[in-house]
Amino acid sequence: MAAGKDDAPALVAAVQESVATGTPLAIAGHGSKAFLGKAGANAVLSTSDHMGIIDYRPSELVVTARAGTPLVELAEALAAQGQMLPFDPPRFGGKGTLGGAIAAGLAGPSRPWLGGVRDAVLGVEIVNGVGERLRFGGSVIKNVAGYDVSRLMVGARGTLGVILSASVRVLPLPDMEQTVAIDCDAAAAGRRTTAWLRQPLPITGTCFVDGRLRARLAGHEAAVEAAAAVLEMQPDETGPAFWDAVRDHAHAFFAGAERLDRLTLPRGAACPHDDALIEWGGCQAWLRRPAEAPAGGTVARFRGPDSPASASRASPALEKYQRRIKDAFDPQNLLNPGLSPVTTPP
Amino acid sequence: MPDAKVAKLLRRALPANCVVTDAAGVKPFETDGLTAIRQTPWLVALPQDVAQVRAVLRICREHGVPVVTRGAGTGLSGGARPLPDGVLLVLSKLNSIRDVDPTSCTATVAPGVTNLAISEAAAPFGLYYAPDPSSQIACSIGGNVAENSGGVHCLKYGLTVHNVLGVTVQTYEGDELVLGGRTLESPGYDLLAAMIGSEGMLGVVTEVIVRLLPTPPAKRVLLAAYDDVQAAGDAVSGIIAAGIVPAGLEMMDALAIRAAEDFTGAGYPRDAAAILLCEIDGNAAQLGADAERVQEVLEAHGARSVRVATSAAEQAELWRGRKAAFPAAGRLAPDYYCVDGTIPRAQLGTVLRRIGELSEALGLAVANVFHAGDGNLHPLILYDASVEGELERAEALGGQILTLCVEAGGTITGEHGVGVEKLDQMCTQFGDGELAQFHRLKAAFDPAGLMNPGKAVPTLARCAELGGMHVHGGEVPFPHLDRL
Repeated sequence: MAAGKDDAPALVAAVQESVATGTPLAIAGHGSKAFLGKAGANAVLSTSDHMGIIDYRPSELVVTARAGTPLVELAEALAAQGQMLPFDPPRFGGKGTLGGAIAAGLAGPSRPWLGGVRDAVLGVEIVNGVGERLRFGGSVIKNVAGYDVSRLMVGARGTLGVILSASVRVLPLPDMEQTVAIDCDAAAAGRRTTAWLRQPLPITGTCFVDGRLRARLAGHEAAVEAAAAVLEMQPDETGPAFWDAVRDHAHAFFAGAERLDRLTLPRGAACPHDDALIEWGGCQAWLRRPAEAPAGGTVARFRGPDSPASASRASPALEKYQRRIKDAFDPQNLLNPGLSPVTTPP
Repeated sequence: MPDAKVAKLLRRALPANCVVTDAAGVKPFETDGLTAIRQTPWLVALPQDVAQVRAVLRICREHGVPVVTRGAGTGLSGGARPLPDGVLLVLSKLNSIRDVDPTSCTATVAPGVTNLAISEAAAPFGLYYAPDPSSQIACSIGGNVAENSGGVHCLKYGLTVHNVLGVTVQTYEGDELVLGGRTLESPGYDLLAAMIGSEGMLGVVTEVIVRLLPTPPAKRVLLAAYDDVQAAGDAVSGIIAAGIVPAGLEMMDALAIRAAEDFTGAGYPRDAAAILLCEIDGNAAQLGADAERVQEVLEAHGARSVRVATSAAEQAELWRGRKAAFPAAGRLAPDYYCVDGTIPRAQLGTVLRRIGELSEALGLAVANVFHAGDGNLHPLILYDASVEGELERAEALGGQILTLCVEAGGTITGEHGVGVEKLDQMCTQFGDGELAQFHRLKAAFDPAGLMNPGKAVPTLARCAELGGMHVHGGEVPFPHLDRL
């Protein structure tokens, strides 16, 4: 991949300028997740020129890269060494950057088995809302020095700091992957995926859609074959293309501009909707129509024709502390003000 | 010293015998696992349920009394060191396992439940709780959350942060926060991540939901002996580079091997310069192939012998020496000081050589036992506290080893926490900006600054006084200068 470009001084200067003038900033990478909401600022701070791998030693199982590094290029560099990002970040429209993946905190089909974005992030360099360039965490797996600010950045949508670079854990690519499938309804799919939680199976993805449950098995050939026999499902030739489509929301289920709702469900719960796309062993489901929040879970608009994503709200007590966290990092509310999960006090 | 009326209020709020103030009664609480640091608390409160915890916090808040939370007291960095004018809030009586749910593969437990008790309760369902710090028989899950505890199986199964799904927290201000839960995503900022590893600075954890994993169907343990430490270190990187993530990968150097062998007779080669202990687990079908691959790598890096243990009895035998390494080292000298730092794996050989040089320069022997797979070093500095100046020399050597870890691109604490022990080293690892941000984060949870004050994050003034060198992300100022 390209050697990259260090645009950090310009990014730091831009945030400091914003602090001095009180001008809010809209932080953008490729803009692939712009549908998730409006940043609420006119001045755009683009991280897409700040790109490239800073440090990658495969034997450390860690890669450090600048925020604007395209996910596709990062994946290529890792694959060349037989490795991958564990969390299958979505590449909407084939785009997306490392910084955007961390800020959005969105993970793909492997989430419950190989971990989410937060599980992989080991360290970050950020510019906070007072224009300071700060480094937290590091590039080693075990590190308990100071509060875990790196993981706090995951899913914060840039509202606590502009991510300059990040160190993330990587994993070896599996020797092989195989997809197996069975036709069933949502309830039966839920019973199966819940039972799988208790078994040491090499599963790295499940997806129920259109009356068919698929499971992705990954690992050594012998282990995959043994698991396929245990699951009593049929080999499914749609394989890798199917999982990419689910991950990137390119599957036909996601087509069209109609509303898309995201449901989170507690582990072991079964999503009852036969018209849903259900993944994560039953912990995440998507619907194209309104639905009640599942017991112990949440429902929120992910995208729609007239409204951007709506976040499910935290409890009032929790919101008080969330707001203080925001103030601790960005007291003037300059970074992506429209995307802050807490209401800005008047 | 707080007003006597505060003690009276606490006695009224808690059952009989749950408030201790007499000298003999508070004495056992003067230290945690870092026994070099001692301080008797003004008062020890031992609540029996969450309502009593909240009552203690309320009374302390109303009278401005600082609170230090303590679990089982096995911490190794003085994080639970009491305050002479504060309440020590001991959570060991909150020790009920509220629920083990085999359907969702989760357990809901009170903070005082021991780490091992969770796995024992889950075992009938074929499940277990993965993080296994060496103190797992005694340490509590609340303490594990406070320290983000690891263990020997972190490389594959993660730390506490990867295995705790949710916590309930009581803040000093009196709020109850439910962070995370059984879903995989929660609204807003990830305060669960901030809470884990926060060393009791942000709130009191009163309930923990953990993820349980299916017990691996099969295991293999390999023991490889090396005549050269560097070669053993390189073999560690080699295994990872070969695409294998072992469940555990431990290393011991010559001094540690001989001590463990004298103590346990586990059958380690006494004349080896280093041994590697590699555990792999998983599907029985995959295991044979993985074991062969690991053996090839170990031999390619110059192992002079490799033993493969397939039976559970043989595996336990190989682990026995490693697990007894700390008490074994305790027989080498009257005292030892266990250092905890992490480095990138590729630096193992170099850093071990430098530790050897530092050890010689200060005239104190160091036995190395560590979690090589994730680069987490535990050099054991041997000393005799009864010899004047030896404790100070041991602490100085420990500090130099930690600076070495930061210079190598690592960190001053892999799993033991900062507590009071490593406040000075925090000035090496972080600059003023980061430290100030930590203080602001702390203030967001605890504006009064009365939860475990003085721990984990040094004041900027302290760092300025030290005038210490701040090593930024492994970039040492003036790298051409020798620092020994």
